[in-house]
Amino acid sequence: MIDSVGWGTLGELALRHLYLAGVPLVVGLLISLPLGWLARHVRWLGPPLVAGTGLMYTIPSLALFILLPLVLGTRILDDANVLVAMTIYTVALLTRTVADGFASVPSHVSQAATAMGYGELRRVVAVDLPLAVPVVAAGLRVAAVSNVSIVSIAALVGVSQLGSLFTDGFNRNAMGPIVVGVGACVALALLLDAAIALLARAVTPWLRRGVPA
Amino acid sequence: MIVSVWEWLVDPASWSGPGGILAQSLAHLRYSFIALLVAALVAVPVGLWVGHTGRGRWLAVNIAGAFRAIPSLGVLFVAVLLLLPRLRGELAFELPALIVLVLLAVPPILSGTYAGVQATDPAARDAARGMGMTGAQVLRQVEVPGAMPLIMSGLRAAMLQIIGTATIAAVVGMGGLGRFLIDGQASRDYAQMAGGALVVAALALAVDQALALVQRALVSPGLSTASAR
Repeated sequence: MIDSVGWGTLGELALRHLYLAGVPLVVGLLISLPLGWLARHVRWLGPPLVAGTGLMYTIPSLALFILLPLVLGTRILDDANVLVAMTIYTVALLTRTVADGFASVPSHVSQAATAMGYGELRRVVAVDLPLAVPVVAAGLRVAAVSNVSIVSIAALVGVSQLGSLFTDGFNRNAMGPIVVGVGACVALALLLDAAIALLARAVTPWLRRGVPA
Repeated sequence: MIVSVWEWLVDPASWSGPGGILAQSLAHLRYSFIALLVAALVAVPVGLWVGHTGRGRWLAVNIAGAFRAIPSLGVLFVAVLLLLPRLRGELAFELPALIVLVLLAVPPILSGTYAGVQATDPAARDAARGMGMTGAQVLRQVEVPGAMPLIMSGLRAAMLQIIGTATIAAVVGMGGLGRFLIDGQASRDYAQMAGGALVVAALALAVDQALALVQRALVSPGLSTASAR
């Protein structure tokens, strides 16, 4: 069945797909970390920030891909539209998660760090953030899997990635490429999911030593 | 560019007639609510049963995550290619798309309902049993109200998925607001594409906010203060 696509094409499309789904994941995380921290620590900012970013998630992806050229001044075929749209969705999912992650840090640990002379910024980066990793990583895995699935819709506006196999197969009335595309999408999503899980495990060694929480 | 989108949106001709914004919005809402209703009729009872009995827990926990990985556009095309030769008439295009909408809506409702029953305060459940309530009474009077916040968030997540997928279903010939996005692209009419995209985004927001109001009305006031944290 892979022959209906060819390994070369499949690899190329998969790499494009990984780029379009993966880069926004990293950028979205970097934006959500300060936003989530603000939502948690600036009392009046919390609810509107979480609700506001959450609202972005209600916009259907095809609509967002089409609307972004209006805002960004890009052409409809540009990768930038997909990259920005996926970053928006990532921030929409992660801001709440990061806020929850910071909330999961036991207050006595933060207080102990402050008592030991940690400044605010150093404490957040060196103490709070590592302890928030399990919750943030769980949200990041959800965002990764949903990004991979949403990116495929960009095939409808002509941005090539694994979703192009769907439109291509449908236009030729051929099931082969569509099934290969669905399989490759799911495989890519599971791969990203596993990679994030392993990374989170690697940076939280204390969770594996049987230390009581 | 923005001017032409605006002109398309305020042109009365875009709104009226059988293919106008009004008619397509109603069609979009009709498909979406039918799909949500069918999915809920399947997913809520199954979720309640799994939550109440604890059987099939593994499935209920993992189904939503697993389905999130499946690309809706691919599934839509598979369904159409499989079913189209076997169907006739107007239903030939609508039915495969509706089936996919229902399929994608079941997992979030199922896992939300299950998680809701699980999140019900065990003390309340024990108290209900201690008062001599039967299993069915505990389910109806304690577990369902207790699960309501998470059932509703499951329904809202499912509805967003449905509205988005119904939009892309225009590519396989379904009606609804997606028509403007797909037909606009086919005729290189960006004003129509972007105008339609704005309307569908507004529709999604409005439906989600309406469901949020329903949620507020359905969730017991005793619960909403406790879960506000």
